[in-house]
Amino acid sequence: MTQTGNAPLKITDPTKHVLTKHVLTKSALIPAAAVALLVGMLATSLPAAAQSSVAEGQKLAFDRSKGNCLTCHDIKGGNLPGSIGPALTDIKRKYPDRNELVAILVDATKRNPLTVMPPFGRNRILNDKEINAIVDFLQTL
Amino acid sequence: MRPAIRFASIGLALAALAYAAAPSATAADAVDPVADAKAFKKYFTDKFPKVKLEDFVNGPYSMDEGLHQQWQEKEQFPPYEFSLELGKEMFSKPFKNGKSYGDCFPNKGIGIRQNYPYFDEKEGKVITLELALNRCREANGEPPFSYVKDEMAALTAYMAFTSRGKPFDIKIPNDPRALAAYENGKEYFYTRRGQLNFSCATCHVQSPGERIRAEVLAPALGILNAMPIYRSEWSGMGTTSRRFTSCNSQIRGVPFSPQDDEYRNVEYYLSFVSNGLPISGPGARP
Ligand code: HEC
Ligand code: HEC
Repeated sequence: MTQTGNAPLKITDPTKHVLTKHVLTKSALIPAAAVALLVGMLATSLPAAAQSSVAEGQKLAFDRSKGNCLTCHDIKGGNLPGSIGPALTDIKRKYPDRNELVAILVDATKRNPLTVMPPFGRNRILNDKEINAIVDFLQTL
Repeated sequence: MRPAIRFASIGLALAALAYAAAPSATAADAVDPVADAKAFKKYFTDKFPKVKLEDFVNGPYSMDEGLHQQWQEKEQFPPYEFSLELGKEMFSKPFKNGKSYGDCFPNKGIGIRQNYPYFDEKEGKVITLELALNRCREANGEPPFSYVKDEMAALTAYMAFTSRGKPFDIKIPNDPRALAAYENGKEYFYTRRGQLNFSCATCHVQSPGERIRAEVLAPALGILNAMPIYRSEWSGMGTTSRRFTSCNSQIRGVPFSPQDDEYRNVEYYLSFVSNGLPISGPGARP
């Protein structure tokens, strides 16, 4: 068979979603909360580490072999965006809690079983560190 | 639209497609291709009320007026012309044994594209036009062609051209194996796979008309009517086999070999649900 990720998820059988494992969720949330605290405290003057994380996150989000988020989302600073997903703007206001963003990246099918958005964490397209960097970047949008 | 509302409406529409035949029946007796095809057409015509049914065969060009304009300009000097001419020439040239392609097909191979793929009850399998062409060659002592481009594209381009305007007329004989092939093709089409968790339907049912980077996604209705196609991106022609295998690699899945059972069944499913829409091949795409 062709799958490289989890067992195939059929949209004809919604019950299957319940059975899939969301392996990365827990481990991703703990460091995420810590980073959130940091960013919150130092929001006015980002420390050098956080800034480089934002730059790294943007790179990962635009990289075709990594996030490739531009395939589907219009994102400030990116070329040739697709239109399958909503433009990623005003993210900080829409998602004040960064854990929500982490969760969307880890496995968007948890929010919406039929979503087109790939489960980046669950299918190990991105690791925890990469997801956190992208979330840092998303929070600047 | 607010995301929550969007989820709900996509969900309902897809559920309607998937369960169209009989919502409460068990899997075994839920196979009703005629009801499927009806629900399938309704899904697309509801989603794109301005697109005429026969225009869906123009793929991405049917989805966007600017693109449609581009297409009409392209058709003045069709980029598939060279392939069509090659196909015509090959079709009339005899094999070494004196026979020719026409001898392998009903009506000498002219105006029959709309009947492929068909279910062969002797073999118990789906036979596509590409497969039939290579079998014809082998039966006449000639080596088979690559399934994805060049000669195979030229032959199918010519056969499609002689069938232009004829509505797809795919039959499912009263044979449980034919129904199973149809059902397997359908299941393949809707099953998510690969690292990116995409199914064919993710792109061609859920997102037609949307841009994936710079490409506009074709609707699944009528998606095979224009095959084979010239694509600027390929700077050349590609067959149905080429399109299936390249869509599969795009999603970081491992593609099957051209003409494996799975692809033949998908082609059977997609062609059947496009019954009634005219053959328009060969086509040109951005
Ligand atoms: C193949 C398409 C696709 C890709 C690739 C994709 N997304 Fe999405 N994304 C969507 C869709 C569609 C939605 C709308 C909600 C849904 O369907 O879950 C969405 C929603 C979102 C949201 C919520 C936006 C809002 O306004 O509520 C965020 C944040 C997001 N995506 C981030 C990303 C990031 C970051 C990446 C890359 C790492 C990415 N997406 C890659 C399709 C995609
Ligand atoms: C990640 C998105 C994606 C997935 C998943 C996908 N395709 Fe495609 N497909 C495309 C793109 C992009 C094109 C080129 C633009 C177009 O014509 O739609 C295309 C084109 C096609 C075409 C030619 C349409 C035309 O009019 O030119 C066919 C046929 C097709 N795909 C079949 C399939 C099948 C069968 C599957 C599943 C095995 C599949 N696709 C999965 C993105 C996808």
